[in-house]
Amino acid sequence: MEKKDFKGWLYLLPAILFLGLFMVYPLIDVVIYSVEEGYNFASQSFFGYGVYNFSYVLHDPFFMQAIKNTFIIVIITVPLSTLIALLISLGLNSIKPLRDLYQTVFFLPYVTNTLAVGLVFMILFKKTAYSDGLINLIINFFGHESIDFIDGPYAAKMFVMCFYTIWIVLPFKILILTSALASVPQTYYNAAKVDGTSKFRIFYKITLPMISPMISYLIITGFIGAFKAYSDEVAIFGTNLNAAGMNTIVGYVYDMLYGNSGGYPSYASAASLILFAIVFTITVINLMVSRKNV
Amino acid sequence: MSDFKDYEKIEKTARIARKSQTGLTYFLLTLWALIVLFPFYWMLLTSVKDYGSYNSEYIPKFFTTSPTIQNYVEAFNAVSLGKYFVNTIIFTAVTTLIMLVITVLSAYAFARLKFKGKDFVFALFLSLMMIPNELVVITNFVTITNWHMRNTYMGLILPSVASVFYIYLLKENFEQVPEELYKAAKVDGTSDLKYLLKVLVPICRPTIVTILILKVIECWNSYVWPRLITDNADYYLVSNGIQQIRENGFGRDNIPAMMAAVVVISVPLIILFLFFHKKIMEGVSRGGTKG
Repeated sequence: MEKKDFKGWLYLLPAILFLGLFMVYPLIDVVIYSVEEGYNFASQSFFGYGVYNFSYVLHDPFFMQAIKNTFIIVIITVPLSTLIALLISLGLNSIKPLRDLYQTVFFLPYVTNTLAVGLVFMILFKKTAYSDGLINLIINFFGHESIDFIDGPYAAKMFVMCFYTIWIVLPFKILILTSALASVPQTYYNAAKVDGTSKFRIFYKITLPMISPMISYLIITGFIGAFKAYSDEVAIFGTNLNAAGMNTIVGYVYDMLYGNSGGYPSYASAASLILFAIVFTITVINLMVSRKNV
Repeated sequence: MSDFKDYEKIEKTARIARKSQTGLTYFLLTLWALIVLFPFYWMLLTSVKDYGSYNSEYIPKFFTTSPTIQNYVEAFNAVSLGKYFVNTIIFTAVTTLIMLVITVLSAYAFARLKFKGKDFVFALFLSLMMIPNELVVITNFVTITNWHMRNTYMGLILPSVASVFYIYLLKENFEQVPEELYKAAKVDGTSDLKYLLKVLVPICRPTIVTILILKVIECWNSYVWPRLITDNADYYLVSNGIQQIRENGFGRDNIPAMMAAVVVISVPLIILFLFFHKKIMEGVSRGGTKG
């Protein structure tokens, strides 16, 4: 090797070392784990190769519950958060005074610790012996009886979950959309104004097509992020998500790996590969749809 | 004459419509701002409420007349919040520092050095950006366990120091610096390392600061990996500490003390945000995603 070549590799060495050890090797290893049947963590031995791990995971009711929860969270939060973010960004874009202030406030949830703020949400929604919690008081005020959001019916728990998820993911989306809206050339709007175009038509014919690449970017990253939901669930319902019936796919992977039900890296690997396959498929579909329409 | 009056009328209604629309926009934006800010207000308020009076309020009060710092004392004494705090600071500082060295060196190699196989390695790096963390965490957990690094700082830090995205971000920035500078430095006999440290890094400081801040936020909020790799409270980070407090801290019902802990944990990042909000928002919009 020439001296010049050697130097380049030397500068890259630390990155290659760490990425190789903690990203490339695990990537191969996870596939191997997933096909090793009867892997024992203590003795690090296994019986043979096969697809038993996948079949075990797919027949596990906890995994099915996790899949269901994850899909509901994805289907509700991704479109809703994108829509709300769009409305807020349009609002921000139409005002001048205080815009920076609003923008900064809206971004605040991004920098907060999910676990910490989740605890506050839990307290706001939780029904305890001595108080029904603030949200329930508001519900009572409108003449409905209290709902137990944290330990109660599935729909109530899902509502809290989706509300918190949207609260957490909005800052990023608002930020991206406001900068996309700001980059639409003003001349287009002026031309439309001269023609006396209606506001709705301006939005539909100018704004939307101009920012649609960013919207599709947000939808794709939103899908990927929502499928990997986990910490937000722990923040609201605690670490024992299976007991709360609110586990997610990622939660299932970690439970299989560690914790009271843990010690099964093979099942965890199989589950994480299934998750990867789902996310990959959805992303490809998203890309195909957006290529057609954007 | 009546035509003239009509114009006036039309203009007047248009003005009213415009004004009421602006008013509505402000109203809705303020509403959302309140929803965003309210949890922060609530945790601050609850954290200064006296334990007894908090529990006696069936209808929670929106203010308190007798704030107390007792809950903060409790938060630091009853659980080792101070310890979690120090752990998180060590973890964040060391991880960010090692990450910075690795990132600067590799970004430089990709941006300025010429060597065989560079394009191939770069393509490989980019493809790694698409790999979700969930896929590799299983083996990393086994690796760290086999190295007997559970419940050590090394075990916490090592898997989180290399980040392809930041390398890519910095490489793009390095490439914007005119190559003539590099050639001039070469003619003067400046070594690569000296050129990197004395010229490139100072010029690209804004990007480096952005990367640092984003990494600090990421470290401060990391939960999943620390939870897997530590089960000894001596090595808990703040996120795990919070979870610990929630599940068996002050007795489940001492919510004011819990909120005091939450405030203590949230404050450093909020201060960071207040000082650097322009930089953080700019950095995030350049392609950061959460976590």
